Amino acid sequence: MDGQPAGDAEERSAATDAERRSMAREAEPRPRGQETAQRPVGPEAEGRPVGREAQPRSVARTARHGPLLPAGLAAAVVAGLAAAPLFLAPFATTTLTRILVFALLAVSLDLLVGVSGLPSLGHAAYFGAGAYAAGWISIHTTSAVPLPLLAGAATGALAAAATGWVAVRAHGVYFLMLTLALGELLHQLAQTWDSVTGGANGMAAIPSAELGGEPLRLAGYVYWYVLAAALLGFLTLWLVARSPYGAALRGIRDNEPRMRALGYPTRIYKYAAFVLAGAVAGAAGGLLAAQERLVTPADLGFTTAALALLAVVIGGAGSLWGAALGAALVILVRDVIGPDLDGHGTLLLGVVFIAVVYLLPRGAAGLVRRRGR
Amino acid sequence: MILNCTGLHKHFGALRAVDDVTLTVAAGARHALIGPNGAGKSTLFKLITGLLRPDAGRVELAGRDVTRETEVRRCRLGMSQTLQHASLFPSMTAAENIALAVQRHTGGRIRPVPRRQPHVHDRAAQLLARVGLADRGRVQVAALSHGERKQLELALALACDPRLLLLDEPAAGMSTAERTHLAALITDLPASVTVLFVEHDLDLVFELADTVTALHLGKILTTGTPQHIRASDAVRRAYLGTADREELFR
Ligand SMILES: Nc1ncnc2c1ncn2[C@@H]1O[C@H](COP(=O)(O)OP(=O)(O)OP(=O)(O)O)[C@@H](O)[C@H]1O
Ligand SMILES: [Mg+2]
Repeated sequence: MDGQPAGDAEERSAATDAERRSMAREAEPRPRGQETAQRPVGPEAEGRPVGREAQPRSVARTARHGPLLPAGLAAAVVAGLAAAPLFLAPFATTTLTRILVFALLAVSLDLLVGVSGLPSLGHAAYFGAGAYAAGWISIHTTSAVPLPLLAGAATGALAAAATGWVAVRAHGVYFLMLTLALGELLHQLAQTWDSVTGGANGMAAIPSAELGGEPLRLAGYVYWYVLAAALLGFLTLWLVARSPYGAALRGIRDNEPRMRALGYPTRIYKYAAFVLAGAVAGAAGGLLAAQERLVTPADLGFTTAALALLAVVIGGAGSLWGAALGAALVILVRDVIGPDLDGHGTLLLGVVFIAVVYLLPRGAAGLVRRRGR
Repeated sequence: MILNCTGLHKHFGALRAVDDVTLTVAAGARHALIGPNGAGKSTLFKLITGLLRPDAGRVELAGRDVTRETEVRRCRLGMSQTLQHASLFPSMTAAENIALAVQRHTGGRIRPVPRRQPHVHDRAAQLLARVGLADRGRVQVAALSHGERKQLELALALACDPRLLLLDEPAAGMSTAERTHLAALITDLPASVTVLFVEHDLDLVFELADTVTALHLGKILTTGTPQHIRASDAVRRAYLGTADREELFR
């Protein structure tokens, strides 16, 4: 092809070599995530979006305290939680129940935000959908454990499956906006669909959960029910995050184009994570219905979604247990300290949030440098 | 022929980055693609592996038309690529990076339950050793040198068990020792792996390649043996205006 006619080509060679060189450099396309791959770590790592971990972890430290310490710690926490109602007043037990419910929501959101890099602002929609479903089943069919819970999980999964396929096509801030819009959509639906949801007044008079024909009336029993279910949910998410599939989700978070080039159909992976997170959020909603025995549109509104996201960020996105810790902090500030501040609890949350972002760029989980990703 | 590109076009606005490129690569070849900056080499690679869609033209892998297949599918069909600018997973260690690539291509489905995967670990360790990163597995990507990232990038591409391996400036940013290692690695690849590579270091090109294609302003100038390329006036002109042969090919 040596002697190709080169009219056009000739003309273009008129541009000086230097020009073309600098053009090539500037216009070289960089697939998303490439810059991060090359960026050195350092102070600028603080500015990166939620869910990216960049600081090199100390390898020596990881090696020293194998899996025993975390396992022992987890066992101690579970034992402490199980024993809590024996020592706490009913009000405190109820608050702890609320924390568990909200923690399950936050941890399911962390699977999206921290593990998969999908910052959702509409996650409360699936929580609320699950709560309504569980409430509806309890009122109209049965409140026998675990049926309302399962109905909640199934409804959360269905709602996520119906809306997620659109959402996972978007990236970054577009994903954020899209999930916000989807959340508002379901919120509106809950408000207007009077015959099922009770409209703005909410779904009231949900019967107590029943175990073996006996209604769970005492705060302590409700707590144990919620604890058992929440632990199951945490365990599920934790196992998924540590599996090969979880590793792939973290790969997508770090660099989705590269994952695709390695042969991963990333959209399906993200969709599955979205549906799973929706199912767990729905289950958390089921627990909410059992505990509050009242579901209102606010439970799937923006505020709930934003608080859940706040919990994830405060706790340190990506670690799962950090999100649970963040949830505890959010509920404590909102429900325990907040009422003493004449309703300025939200303000205090804002201050806490700013403090965390400045002092702990990787959230509470960043305090413990561990290998757990 | 492992790869057949026919009439490929890619335009960015008025710029014809790839302009009617027809290229065939023989199975088992060590085929180099050379050309000055902005010639369209990286763009052509992306058209081949599916990172970019062509405006016109066809890509065939081993006789199968893959023009409409996604990059995900093309990887599964046996193409893998290293990018000019290393593109890795920054929150992970070198070993975790490579394990991600290996688990997709070795041993079955990706499951949502934790499991020991000794075969994945073995293969990952083996690949790290092969590219010269044996003792760097536990180091975060961010702490790797530029050359080491390129090596890791190569390990990721190799983990896909490619039939056709595309390397975009694999030696850029590498030390002399790393370059020597890379050259040996490419030479030692089995004939079942066809290599198409872009390289600016012409010594390396003439050392490794059995066929060379020169690209300029999106068009193929010529294809031939290294001897043919050395003798080509068109190639010399493209690189150096009208400079003489001695300067370019020492
Ligand atoms: N996404 C893009 N948008 C606009 N122009 C682009 C894009 N990608 C590449 N180009 C332009 O297309 C031309 C070919 O670029 P390409 O990166 O393929 O060149 P190259 O031969 O790989 O050069 P180098 O040797 O510098 O890597 C260049 O002029 C470049 O500026
Ligand atoms: Mg290039």
